[in-house]
Amino acid sequence: MGMAHWPRRLVLGGGLKDMAKITLSKLAHSYLPDPKGEADYALKEMDHVWEDGQAYALLGPSGCGKTTLLNIISGLLTPSDGRVLFDDIDVTQAPTAARNIAQVFQFPVVYDTMSVRKNLAFPLRNRGMDRASINTRVEAIAAIIEMTDVLERKAQALSADAKQKISLGRALVREDVNAILFDEPLTVIDPAMKWALRTQLKSIHAALGHTMIYVTHDQTEALTFADQVVVMYEGRVVQIGTPQALFETPAHTFVGYFIGSPGMNVLDARVEGTFAYVGDEKIALGADYGRPGGKVQIGIRPEFVSLHGKTGMAAKIHRVEDVGRHKIVRAELCGQAVNMIAPEGAEIAADAARIQFKPDAISVFVEDWRLEPGGGKQG
Amino acid sequence: MEKTLNQKAWFLVLPVFLLVAFSAVIPLMTVVNYSLQDTFGNNKFFWAGLEWYTELLHSERLWSAFGRQIIFSAIILAIEVPLGVFVALNMPKKGVWASLCLVLMALPLLIPWNVVGTIWQIFGRVDIGLLGHTLAALGIDYNYTRDPLAAWITIITMDVWHWTSLVALLSYAGLQSIPEAYYQAAKIDQASRWSVFWFIELPKMQGVLMIAILIRFMDSFMIYTEPFVVTGGGPGNATTFLSIDLVKMALGQFDLGPAAAFSLMYFLVVMLVSWVFYTVMTNLDKKAGY
Amino acid sequence: MTLALRDISKTVAGQTHIHTTNLTLQKGTMNVLLGATLSGKTSLMRLMAGLDKPTTGKIFWNDADVTGMRVQDRQVAMVYQQFINYPAMSIYDNIASPLRLQGKSKAEIDVAVRKTAALMKLTPHLSAKPLALSGGQQQRCALARALVKDAGLVLLDEPLANLDYKLREELREEIPKYFEASGAIFVYATTEPEEALLLGGNTVTLYEGRITQFGKTPEVYRHPCDRITAQVFSNPPMNFMAVQKAGSNLTFEGGQNAPAPAGLADGQYTAGFRPHHLEIHRRHKTALEFNGRLLVSEITGSETYLHVEHKGERWIVQAGGVHDGRSGDALSVFLDPAHVYLFDGDGALATPAGFGRGA
Repeated sequence: MGMAHWPRRLVLGGGLKDMAKITLSKLAHSYLPDPKGEADYALKEMDHVWEDGQAYALLGPSGCGKTTLLNIISGLLTPSDGRVLFDDIDVTQAPTAARNIAQVFQFPVVYDTMSVRKNLAFPLRNRGMDRASINTRVEAIAAIIEMTDVLERKAQALSADAKQKISLGRALVREDVNAILFDEPLTVIDPAMKWALRTQLKSIHAALGHTMIYVTHDQTEALTFADQVVVMYEGRVVQIGTPQALFETPAHTFVGYFIGSPGMNVLDARVEGTFAYVGDEKIALGADYGRPGGKVQIGIRPEFVSLHGKTGMAAKIHRVEDVGRHKIVRAELCGQAVNMIAPEGAEIAADAARIQFKPDAISVFVEDWRLEPGGGKQG
Repeated sequence: MEKTLNQKAWFLVLPVFLLVAFSAVIPLMTVVNYSLQDTFGNNKFFWAGLEWYTELLHSERLWSAFGRQIIFSAIILAIEVPLGVFVALNMPKKGVWASLCLVLMALPLLIPWNVVGTIWQIFGRVDIGLLGHTLAALGIDYNYTRDPLAAWITIITMDVWHWTSLVALLSYAGLQSIPEAYYQAAKIDQASRWSVFWFIELPKMQGVLMIAILIRFMDSFMIYTEPFVVTGGGPGNATTFLSIDLVKMALGQFDLGPAAAFSLMYFLVVMLVSWVFYTVMTNLDKKAGY
Repeated sequence: MTLALRDISKTVAGQTHIHTTNLTLQKGTMNVLLGATLSGKTSLMRLMAGLDKPTTGKIFWNDADVTGMRVQDRQVAMVYQQFINYPAMSIYDNIASPLRLQGKSKAEIDVAVRKTAALMKLTPHLSAKPLALSGGQQQRCALARALVKDAGLVLLDEPLANLDYKLREELREEIPKYFEASGAIFVYATTEPEEALLLGGNTVTLYEGRITQFGKTPEVYRHPCDRITAQVFSNPPMNFMAVQKAGSNLTFEGGQNAPAPAGLADGQYTAGFRPHHLEIHRRHKTALEFNGRLLVSEITGSETYLHVEHKGERWIVQAGGVHDGRSGDALSVFLDPAHVYLFDGDGALATPAGFGRGA
């Protein structure tokens, strides 16, 4: 497809503003030719605005629709319903090349026969930039990704993390990109190297201010990278929020489970005003939740469950895992599993213990969705 | 990588050893034996030393056959490899059409050599062949039995028709193994179709293309059946390739000594070229791994 | 049952993949091979399995020399990073396949398959084909096939690396249970320190084809024998700083002083300390204060990773709660000297952290 009929500003980037706000309007996608009900949609209808210059993460398990959404934004996939706008220009039907986005893939994509320098210069050469400007730009980017000393090496012979840095460099080299998309870019990288690459990415975002969208199933990557995390589950966005909001006030039991390691403890309960009842135990809540009906559960993060010698609820301890910086205690309360986190070096009795929940850290869920104090239901 | 040793395994390959001994080593030694002797019939042999070799190396007949052979293989490779790659690039990637294409492509490969020769021999005949007759009707002077150029064109066309599929199928397999992300990245980088071919597809196809070239070179260098059936090496000696010449020498004239020396030299040339290819290929592999 | 590697080494095309190694694994133990990519985990496993022959040395199984014995003749099961199942067979047949090869009776096979499937939560999927299942279920099937064999040696080569984070967490919790039920020698390769800690048992740390330490997992974690082991067994990576010992005094780079441990020779050392032992508030009176500069802060919601530059060294502070700040801001961090390991010039551990000694 030619790109002559797409607005010049989108194709060439223009001189006015480099990045764009990306709007998804009533967007949905089905891989089936003739979708019947909601179940046929890999991506359920959503509206969302990706603000200019922000760092977002799309977090969810395999098959939650996050890659589908990413491919729709990049133009590799045309959505079956709804529209995609870059600033206020409809690009739903525009091909990838016309959208001026950059993407970093799960496995490093480098042009094997080219040197690192040529790899970095490739997107600029294809856009007809003059040689001198290309060189300046490539060297600036090489300095940012710390690859100046290997610029003349063949890309093929480098390690996986170096190759992934080249992919990142190729995304950064164009000054006019509307957004940089990342599709699980650290999958093949060793843990120690992940720390270095992640912080580099973070510094680059702070310095250059591109709109970045980062797809991952790894909560640590998502939370540490993004200003705003979009949690997806079964084709639906269940919560958009800061890492802190996702941790403290999950909108859905899935967010509670998915964020945190181990995830939130979710217990079947009965809630009456400022108290919850789990089995025979009466648990104080931080606020008045009224008398919700239906499937009622309370959620408490393992970080907010504390072990006490004498007071509290009687729990049976099954196992204590020493993970170095702290201990994970796997226990049972009234027949329901409860995990808790104890500090490094804590002495934990072999089987029985008394535990307490921090009242204002308890969430109440009705039919899996968060219940706000006072009876207001979110979601 | 080194594997665990198990002596029992040798028994499994014993039959193959015996077979190879009977089918290759013993005949080869017989040929070596012949190449160093002379005979005037009656099963009486005289020591000739390297005489046949020196004679052959100075024989214009051999050198011209060798020249024709080189030109033939070069033309074949120059046409079949790019054409095969081109076909592979344009084949559908998946779906019913992909399978159909694969079946169609495989068809020529299933036809026996001499049948291919016969098909083209008849196809090209001016009196009854569809091709020959049509060309003649169009006023084109085409007769592969008289005109050396027409004979060459016929044989080359036939070989291209017969074997381009092989190159195409191998290239196709190479192309299929390229992850989709490479194409997506190229789109994002605004790479041209040519860049995609040159920087992604060709490097990733390198390995299979080398194999394709090696197979096609060896095969075309040893071509016998098809030109024998179509032109019988004529007109004149225009399509007398090395193996046709060899058979003429050995069976037609019953010059066992020179023919034996000839076949050994032939064998060595094929070995040498294949070895060069193999070395180049493994070096490429080494560069790919690190 | 023991597996013993005696003076094993492996050289391929002039490159040493495994340096001379001695290692003895006992029956009923979980042994984690911890190291970065290409540190020799897979090479070592292949030697253990008998898939490769060692260049030097011998391998003993229950004191019998099995060097060079075929893999098929040994009681070995292996699970890989990729989910390897027979795609044309049902889950039931997949799990049953090793038993059929052993020539077990139909009834015996059925009992074993159902038991293992129940353990692996595969009972509802027994008639399904592997590719119709999720990645986690496919890997469970591969694990089931390895366990059902009742092999004396079960080798798991980064079995969770291709799974989603949360699934990994679930299976990590389950694998020790399967292991306890089987009584075999388990060997588990991973690049992730946290995985080693969760699996418990013993840990072998590997670095560039050499075993740097072998011992009980918490022991190796808290008493790393040298700087490399400490680095291999820290995620986020360990922080380092130069320190001078003179008399009864330790002087850290930046001028902070602390009492020196007894019996340490005077001289230059490297102090190593884990990110979660750096604090951004003073908690102990004895804590030392270091004035650094904030590079990046990564907030996970429950904790914050602060990347700090201190006198040219990059440190990571793993702090509880949410702490934000601008890049370039001055930041004071606190370190209790009880959490400091001292390494000598060769990288060997000179004194363990006081904290580590106690634990």
